[in-house]
This record gives sequence, C-alpha cells and structure tokens, in this order.
Amino acid sequence: MKKGKVSILAHELVPPHEVMTEGEVEELLNRYRIKKEQLPKIKTTDPVIKEIKAKEGDVVRITRKSRTAGKFLSYRLVTK
Amino acid sequence: MRKMRIKAIKFGLLSPKEIRKMSAVKVITADTYGEDGFPIEMGLVNQQLGVIDPGLRCKTCGGRMGECPGHFGHIELAAPVIHVGYAKLIHRILSATCRKCGRVLLSEEEKRGYLAEIERRREKQVDVDEVVKHIFKEAAKNEVCTYCGEYFSIDAEGLDEELDNKSSVGSELRDRMEERGFSISKDAIMKREIDQKRLFCWSRVPGADSKRLIEFLVQEFELPWVKNARISRKDDKTLVLSSGKHSLEFSLSPKRDRANLILQDGISYEFPVKKEGTELSVYSFRWVIVDTDKIYILRRSIDKLNVYCGERQKQIKYEKPTTYKEIDADGKVRRLMPTDVRERLERIPDEDVKLFGMDPESARPEWMVLTVLPVPPVTARPSITLESGQRSEDDLTHKLVDIIRINQRFMENRDAGAPQLIIEDLWELLQYHVSTYFDNEIPGIPPARHRSGRPLKTMAQRLKGKEGRFRGSLSGKRVNFSARTVISPDPDIEIDEVGVPEEIAKELTVTVNVTERNIQQMKETVRRGKNHPGANYVRRADGRKVKVTELNRETLAEELDIGWKVERHLVDGDIVLFNRQPSLHRLSIMAHYVRVMPGKTFRLNPAVCPPYNADYDGDEMNLHVLQTEEARAEAKILMEVQRNIISPRFGRPIVGGIHDYITGLFMLTRGEKRFNKEEALDILRNIDIEGLGEPAGIMDDGTPYWTGKQIFSVILPPGINLQFRNKVCEKCEERGIRCAREECPREAYVVIRDGRLISGVIDEVGVGSFKGAIIDRIFRTLGEESAKEFIKNASRLAINYILQAGFSFGISDEDIPKDAKEQIRDEIIQEAEKKVDKLIRAYEAGELEALPGRTLEETLELLIMQELGRARDEAGEIAGRYLGIENPGVLMAKSGARGSLLNLTQMAACVGQQLVRGERIRRGYQGRTLPHFQPGDHSADARGFVRSSFKDGLSPAEYFFHAIGGREALVDTAVRTSQSGYFQRRLINALQDLEVKYDGTVRETRDSIVQFKYGEDGIDPAKSVGGKSVDIDGILEEEIGTSA
Repeated sequence: MKKGKVSILAHELVPPHEVMTEGEVEELLNRYRIKKEQLPKIKTTDPVIKEIKAKEGDVVRITRKSRTAGKFLSYRLVTK
Repeated sequence: MRKMRIKAIKFGLLSPKEIRKMSAVKVITADTYGEDGFPIEMGLVNQQLGVIDPGLRCKTCGGRMGECPGHFGHIELAAPVIHVGYAKLIHRILSATCRKCGRVLLSEEEKRGYLAEIERRREKQVDVDEVVKHIFKEAAKNEVCTYCGEYFSIDAEGLDEELDNKSSVGSELRDRMEERGFSISKDAIMKREIDQKRLFCWSRVPGADSKRLIEFLVQEFELPWVKNARISRKDDKTLVLSSGKHSLEFSLSPKRDRANLILQDGISYEFPVKKEGTELSVYSFRWVIVDTDKIYILRRSIDKLNVYCGERQKQIKYEKPTTYKEIDADGKVRRLMPTDVRERLERIPDEDVKLFGMDPESARPEWMVLTVLPVPPVTARPSITLESGQRSEDDLTHKLVDIIRINQRFMENRDAGAPQLIIEDLWELLQYHVSTYFDNEIPGIPPARHRSGRPLKTMAQRLKGKEGRFRGSLSGKRVNFSARTVISPDPDIEIDEVGVPEEIAKELTVTVNVTERNIQQMKETVRRGKNHPGANYVRRADGRKVKVTELNRETLAEELDIGWKVERHLVDGDIVLFNRQPSLHRLSIMAHYVRVMPGKTFRLNPAVCPPYNADYDGDEMNLHVLQTEEARAEAKILMEVQRNIISPRFGRPIVGGIHDYITGLFMLTRGEKRFNKEEALDILRNIDIEGLGEPAGIMDDGTPYWTGKQIFSVILPPGINLQFRNKVCEKCEERGIRCAREECPREAYVVIRDGRLISGVIDEVGVGSFKGAIIDRIFRTLGEESAKEFIKNASRLAINYILQAGFSFGISDEDIPKDAKEQIRDEIIQEAEKKVDKLIRAYEAGELEALPGRTLEETLELLIMQELGRARDEAGEIAGRYLGIENPGVLMAKSGARGSLLNLTQMAACVGQQLVRGERIRRGYQGRTLPHFQPGDHSADARGFVRSSFKDGLSPAEYFFHAIGGREALVDTAVRTSQSGYFQRRLINALQDLEVKYDGTVRETRDSIVQFKYGEDGIDPAKSVGGKSVDIDGILEEEIGTSA
C-alpha cells in the first residue's frame, strides 16, 4: 500500500476477508459436500483480494453484517 | 437420465448438397392424389414424406402415424431464384465485392484488422454486427478492386507538367500508357488525391526520428542510399541527409503545414502535413485515372510512375423484393439474373466470407440463391378430410404445387427453345412463387391467395406474431381440463372453496379407476350420463375410450367392470387449482375445493380476494382440474388456501376481512352496545357456537343483555391471548403522552384474554387482510384450520351485524354545517391565499430568503405549497370536527375498511393543490396556465389550487387543473405497472433455477452454492412473523398476558 493512502480494509462497508487454512477449507468443503469449484468466486483483481494478498485457489472467509441474521459467513474461491 | 448442457447453438444456411442429402424423394409432380385416391409417386403428399393417415406405413422408415416424424423431399429448381429473406444481404455482399474476382473491396491490411476485431468480439461474446456493418459500408465505397488488376511501371521523365494537370489525361501520359497496351478513352478523368499518411516524430534531437523518415523515403521515393545516410540538422526546420555523392533536404514550411523534399538535382516534392500530438503526419499523393470500366492508380517514385490498373466497380441497385441491377458509369443499366448473382457469390473466397460475420463452413453466400428447394414432410403440412369426404390441402402444399407447376413449365419452354422474353417471364413467376412460399407478406408484391380469396399462410406467417409458432405454440399453449369465467362473490362458501357453474362441472372431468369399492357408485355415475354428477367417457380395460351418450349409458353402466376408468364430472369436494393473472406471486394460484352451483360465474369468498388481487368488476379467473393422485396430494399439502393465509412476502396474513366485513365488526365491537338474547343469537345465527356465555348485565326492563364485544368473543377460540394497538390509535406515546391502554378513550388498545375481547375495538389491524393481528395469532397458535374457521365466522358475524344495523353512505353524509363551510372559506383558505400573496410580494421585492440548496424560485414554490397544503389539512380538520365517528365515511376511513381521511377532506372541505411532478401546475401557455390569468401570476388560483370541495363542485378552471393532475396520476400508474412488470419478469428469469436445498444452502443447477444459508438466516418468510424469525412480544403475551 502506498504511503498516505487509506486501507480499504478499514472502511466500514468492506467486510473482513480472511484467507482460510487448508484444514478449514477441507472442513468447509466436507460440510457442504462440494468441490472447491462449487463455491462462489471472487476475482484476483478484486481490491480486497489484492489488499490481503490472497492467491488464486485460496478460499476467503467473508464475515458480513446481516440484516436478518446479525452476522453471516460467506466463503469465496479466489479465481482469475 | 443424463443431464446435458447446451454449449452453443449455431445457425447456418442449408446448402444444396445438404438439401439433397436429407431428401427422401425428388418431387416432380404437382398432383397430390391420383384418381384411385392414392397419393401419386414423386408427388407432393408422397408416402415417402411421412404418414398422416392412420393405418398406413411410411415408405421411408416404415413407421406408423405418430412414430414416423416425416421426411423431407426436394424440388430441383429449373433456374436459381433469390431467397427473399436474404435479398437485402445479397445486395450488401454484391456491393462489397469485386464484380470480376469476388474479393472484398478492402486492402489486405484492412481485412486483417477487421477479422481480428471480429475474432476479439466473438471471444468476448460481444455483438459483431457493428463491425460487419462497417465493413459493408467501407467496402462498398471502393470503386476499384486491388486484387485482380495488373501492375506495371512507366517512365516518368518529362511528365511532371502533365501530372500537375489534375482533371484530364495528358497526351504524353496517354501515349506512354498506350505503349504498355492500355488505351485510355477520351472521357477518362484524372484526379490527384492523398494516398497514405506516415507518422513522423520531428524531434529536436537529430537522429531520433531518422528511422521513420528513412523508411518513408526508401518506400516512397525508392532511394536505397538513404538507408546509409547521415542525418544532420541545418536549422530548426530542415534536416539534411547525405551519403557519398547523394544528399537531400527535408524541411517544414514556416507554418509547419507542408513538408518539402529537395533532392540534390533540385527536384522538389511537397506534402501536406498534419500535427498529431508530437508527431507529424506526412501524406503522399497518388493520381487516379477513372475510365469507363477500368481505374488506374499512379504512384510516383523518383523516375518512374508505378501504375496499377484494376477493374472499375459498378454500382449495384437493389429493387425490392428480388431484383438487382448494375449501373455503368455512363448510366447504362443491366439486370443481374439470379444466375449472375449466384456466380458472383460463388467467387467470394472463404477468407472474405468471414468478413461478413458468416462462417463459410455453414453458410456460403451462394446458398442464399436457391437451386434446390426442400419440401417439408407431410406431417408439417397435413391435409384434412372434410366432412364431404373431400380432401383439403394445407396452404404450404398449395404453394408447393404452384412452384412445381411453374418449374415444369419453365423447363418445357426452355427445352423447346422459347424466346428469351417468355423464359424471363416464367423465371419471374417462379421467383414470385418461391418468394411467397417463404413469406406471403412481402411489401411490394401481391400476396398469393387461396381459391376463396384468403391470403395463404406460408412459412413466415406460421412463425410470426402472437399466434405464430413461437409466441402461440411454444411460449404459450392451450391446456386441457381448465375453465375460465367471470368471478362473483359468495360469502357463504368457505374461503377454500370455489363455486363452479354446473355447466362447467359437466364439461370438466376427473378420471377415476373403477375398483371393487367404488364400482357401484361408478355404475350410478355412468348411468346418469351427462346429467350432472355423471360421466362423459369411460375407458375400457383394453384402453378403448367410449363416449357416454343418452343411448348407451345404461348398457355401459351394466358393462362397467373393475379396471375400467370413468371420466366423471366435477363434483363437490374435488380439488382444483384456481388462478388469476397476472400470476405475480405464488398465492396467485391456490387450491380450492369445488362447490357445484347454478349460475354462470365462479363464486369466490371475498376474504380471498386480496391474495389474488381480485375484485368483482368483471374479473375472470382460471380453474384447472388436477388429474393425478400425486398432483391432488401435492396441491392439498402445499396450495390449499388456509395453508397460505400467511403471505411469504411479509409474514403476515394476506387473507382476511375487507370493506364491509371490517365495518361490521368495527360497529359491533365499538362501545358497549347491548343486545338481548334474541338479537344476539340473530347476529350469531349461521355460526357454529357452543353458547353465548353469561350475560353482561340486566337491562332496565329486566331482560339480560350481551355486549357487542361479548358477541365477538364467542367466535374467538378459547386460549387466545393478545394485545395490540389498532388502527384508531393516535400514537400517543410518540407524542410523549402516556398510553391509556385499556382505558383508551378511542378504544384503540385491544386486549384479548383467553378468547375474550376485554377492551378495544376490532378494525383492519385486527381482522383485515395484510394486517390481521388476530388471524395471525390464531394461525400461529391453533393452526390453519382454526384460522380458516375464524375468518369464516368473523365474516358471517360481520355480515349479520351490518345487515341488522344497516350501513350506507350518501352525498348528504359529506354535508358540513354552513358556518363550518364559511370558516373554511373565509378563514382558512382566504388566510392561506393572503399568506401566499405575501410570499409572492416578498419574493418580488427581493426580501425572500432562499432555503439552503434551493434557488429563490424554488424556495417560493416550496413555501407556497407548504402553506396551501396546510390550508387543506386545516380545512379537513374543521370538516372532521363536524363529521364524527358516527359518520359512515369517517367510520370507514378510521376502521380501515375503505378510503382515507384525505378522501373525505377532498369531498367535504377542499380538494387542495393539484400537482404535476410534485410541483404546482406550470404548463399551458407562456408564463401562465390558462389565458384567464395574467402572465407571471403565481397566486394560488392561477397555479392549480382547488379551493372547492368535490361536493360543492369545481369551477371550470379548477376542473381543468384537477384533470391535469389526474392525468399525470393515470399515466404514472400505467408506466409503473409495465415497468415493474418487466423488471419482475427479468428477476424471475434470472432466479428461476435457484433452489433451497435440504442443507439450507441456495444452489443453482450445477449445484454450485449461491448463498450459504437461505436469506442468511435460513428462515422461510411464510413461517416468519412479519419477516422476523422469532416473535418475542407474541410469546411474552401468550405466556404472561402482557407484552414487555
């Protein structure tokens, strides 16, 4: 990040994204009985993905605020 | 079954080869049936083209009717004809290609660029039409083909003078061209034009731009020595290049708009120059000699003229619908026959076809000129046998007969060596028939007609329009076992019932399997035949279907046996689907139980109008009879009305009381109305109740009495606890006043304890559709059947009471006393108008202060509107003071049965300001709305303020303003409905394949996850409480009797 710029991660409207560990990903895929490709996608060019330096093939956990559930976890596969 | 995914769809043209390959038979005879009544071999209803008569077998595939899909045949056309559908495209292609060699009239370089662009767009799945359109346009501009001509050089010495002549060809040049074997006619014109441009970087550093300059000089002037030249700078504007004995100067004119090249022998050349950023574009010249059929392009090198001689293209004129003409430079016109057209199209190489956005593999341009015509299978054009036994052929067959006839005649005439004129006429006729075979509505040609004078329905007509194959047969179909008629109300049937006219019940059937247990009953049904609870058909055990008639019903009933099927009439209790368009949500189709009734309309309980959005002003609804046990079970479990009382849209009841039902209960439960036993039981007459309960007291004459609230309590199930603020509540707490709760003077606090109405009055919030707090509570605590029962009882109670009490609303109910009227007119409205005038004066005097973010004018308008709005509200308030709750209008508005207080204000007191786009009316004449006013008059009157009430009547000007405002409202709703309808359609199409799976995830067809939990909380909104998953207040009320 360039000096003097504000990190977009700090913005209120950007929900926290974290790269999941391999174990977590495996657990997730087992829970939903899916292959990685069946996860929703997020592009490597996404500003947040660039910011947190996630690589193609990583799975990110997104913790969103939810109007109905308070907090909601979503998972996305980083793709090109 | 294996799931397949469509990867791509490709459209192409049928090639003659393909047409012949897929053809089962060559059709040569125009006749259909012979004298023996059998189809003629090689004829149009040939048995090799498929079968349409039962019992026959197809001669191609051996299949019976229904098994054989039909097979194509073909007709060999005696002469090629243009396919009308492609006539325009053919013209564009002809105009874009060379008449001699068929290449597209663009340079190799341009073609490469365009092809790359097409490829790029294909990759990105962007429309290529734009590029193709551009290609056609650019290619058609070129008058000369650069692919099929000749290149040669002639000596340029001594021609300089002649080359300066820019209009005609000089004699010296003419001679030299003649030497090379090219004679130029007298009329040939010569012009000098800019050839191509090259970019230069005219930097201050010598040598930096040398590469480009050298390239230019080498190419344009054939000066090979320049490659090794040294570049130096003479001054700011001049570069010097030298190598050994050679040298030259390259300079810019003072204005930098021309460049000058001076060779060492003193010959100089001048070029126009254009500046683009830091670079300069330098143009070179070429000379073009345009002769009648050839074009010469001359380029100058140092001592030579490089000449290119190419075919001069002619203009091609397209005359609708299928004629092409070629026009010479001197205006001579020659008709291009389809054979000529086809030959030209054949010459276009495959690479160039791609430039038209076509794939030469599947669509060669010459295939747009037909030499073979496919004959569709007879199954696509079945003939029908009329009752007279005569056969009547399909329109397409008629058309094909015409084509074959003319085709035959054409061949005969040609073989006999008929004069050209006759041949051409026949050709034209063949073209006409083939054209109308494809499309019988081509502008400019008369439609082919049937013997009766009716225009034939040919190919295009079968597909086009509302009744065409797409909109009429594929997107929409007619369905069996359905009925449609007008709906009308019947409050005496259950909410999950539908009244079906006997006429309809006798037409719609349910198929019943005859078993040991129902055989007696079925025999009786069959015996009744078409008398109502009867049967229309029986199906024997062997599958044969027999119509039940007056004659055979007795015998059929006798014969009826186990294993047969009976198509019996619709009877009471049958489950059917009921639907009203537009089907915007799932509640637009619900399951109802049949009640067969006299009359001709479907009867519907008014309480179920809201989910269907129905009323009885002529609405029609559809009914579908379920035909399988699975469908009936599914409908019962998922679609019954009582299961859908709670809307999935907002999690509250959507079924409930409307209009008079609310008024009735409101009047019954308001205050302490007293009823003696007889009156009370009368009100409760058709309601299944266990008892009245203890009387509330004894009247003066000694008889016991019950209150309205008590009577309402009778239909409340025991165990129901509920409290809520009803529609009458004035939200005291929001205004800082303590809520009086049970002691509320307006009876706005409803308390129900153990199924007894303790306080409060029942209104829209209690039992109305969309709100219905009581219905909601009963549904949730006691279930759908209790809720249904309650709605039914509440409707009956309401009706009984309102019938007994009487209820009407008339013109005189809008009367307000004279002084009230005067007060409104003299105080409120006049006062407001004075204030408006004051504001205007302040504005004109420049004393008005603008509100933040507004102009002075906007501020003025805003303040005036505020003032006038207040005037109307105050007028309404005064009127309201005189129209008490006893006034039926006020009663309806307050209880939420119908209308609003604003409606009453407008009727009784003052209609108020009319608006267009949220502003006072401005449109009309320049500076004024009507010629009655002074231009620039901003007063209330002049800008659409209606001071009269509807009851008093509007002045002509007021009436006009009201019409303006009303029209806008009308247009707005019309636009809104169509727009939101289309928006919803797009949403539905986008989301239709998403599914909530058993693990709570939302997935699409590939089982990829769209949402990890439906709605993020996994809640079915139909089972939510007003959209919330847990109703804490409700639980508290139920458990401890009060809400927090």
